[in-house]
Amino acid sequence: MNDGTPRLGHGFRFQWEPAQDCHVLLYPEGMIKLNRSAGEILARCDGTRSVRGIVAELEQTFATAGLAGEVESFIAIAVEKRWLRLEQETR
Amino acid sequence: MNAPRQPGPPMWLLAEVTYRCPLHCVFCYNPVDFASHEHELSTDDWLRVLREGRELGAVQCGFSGGEPLLRDDLEILVGEARRLGYYTNLITSGVGLTEARLDAFKAAGLDHIQLSFQDSTREINDFLSHTRTFDLKQKVARMIRERGWPMVMNVVIHRLNIGQIGRIIEMADELGAEYLELANAQYYSWALLNREQLMPSREQLRAAEAITDEWKAKLADRMRILFVVPDYHEGKPKKCMNGWGNVFLTVTPDGTALPCHTARMLPGLSFPNVGDSSLRDIWYDSPGFNRYRGTGWMKQPCRDCEHKEEDLGGCRCQAYLLAGDAEAADPVCPKSPKHERVLDALAAAERPGAAQRPLIFRDPQESRRRCAEGA
Repeated sequence: MNDGTPRLGHGFRFQWEPAQDCHVLLYPEGMIKLNRSAGEILARCDGTRSVRGIVAELEQTFATAGLAGEVESFIAIAVEKRWLRLEQETR
Repeated sequence: MNAPRQPGPPMWLLAEVTYRCPLHCVFCYNPVDFASHEHELSTDDWLRVLREGRELGAVQCGFSGGEPLLRDDLEILVGEARRLGYYTNLITSGVGLTEARLDAFKAAGLDHIQLSFQDSTREINDFLSHTRTFDLKQKVARMIRERGWPMVMNVVIHRLNIGQIGRIIEMADELGAEYLELANAQYYSWALLNREQLMPSREQLRAAEAITDEWKAKLADRMRILFVVPDYHEGKPKKCMNGWGNVFLTVTPDGTALPCHTARMLPGLSFPNVGDSSLRDIWYDSPGFNRYRGTGWMKQPCRDCEHKEEDLGGCRCQAYLLAGDAEAADPVCPKSPKHERVLDALAAAERPGAAQRPLIFRDPQESRRRCAEGA
């Protein structure tokens, strides 16, 4: 999955909601409130970064290491829920 | 004690932009007296309502009716809603949806279209919606999909089409539906007038659920199917609207703000108009929106019931319609003293040939006639 490029699933929109004080995922007739780490991950799932790249960026932003496991398992769940699509790199 | 907690913001602003409709569905949830509320808000009024709703924190905006496409300013309203940050939903029969309008909605940023179908077989579809719209809907479904919107379909299920549920699901699949809601008619407004003819028998319902389950398994990789059982058969009350004044703020064509689209029928309550008050005042401070929030208003058997937080006593409109008392327990609950009224209706649906009376179609003339009779 590390080389895959995640982007939002069909019909989903990601945005900051002041009234909820959190990032949310909007989809037909529904809303998912996201916690801080889910928000930080999904903010980077815009189809331009690989999973590996997202991990690296988060580790740099938050001056930490060892986030790969958490990020990968979140993305796996998000793909299963169709919040995200994972495009494999083709060459 | 049991004082309503300060509610959060509404998640939904439901803009019922018009009661006008080219269809005449026998299960329509618009008020039976809709023809006596002909005044419609102007474009500017709606733009203000959209802004106020968004400031209040609403994230989902639904455009419905009637048939919302009959407003020729709908593209303007959708564009503004999207610009304000709403997730925009158009709930339509598809009648009046052309390539040009779809392109305009796409440009306006419309997020989602829910297309309603009355049935899958042309004859029944035309009969139930009383116009020849089925071919058009097939075409519209294709046009929606071609423009990259998720294909979300809603079919109202009842005694007259429940036998064809397999064919309905198959058709939805052929049209590329990703999400299909098979919503059994709930008995309010026009559907209540036609309850005898629309209510399925227990066996019909059981068979339909079994067929739906087979299709769910078969289509699991590409379609999600939701089967909504009628309250009467469910045997327990629903947490109606997910709580009174909790999630939904409906604005009717004439600007009356309601906690649900049928609440206007409840006696002794007055609901504010968006022309007189801001949505913020309406949501937090109006007596109408506060009336059935929380559990403090309940009487027995709800007050001491262990399920009162789960179902909040069920539906206020159903309580009023069936028990004659909006504060009563929803009669679909077996604990309700008026539960036998639901049992009687269910028993009637078991009698073959029960539905001999002619259907009453939703129609402005019929609506005016019923108003004049002082129904």
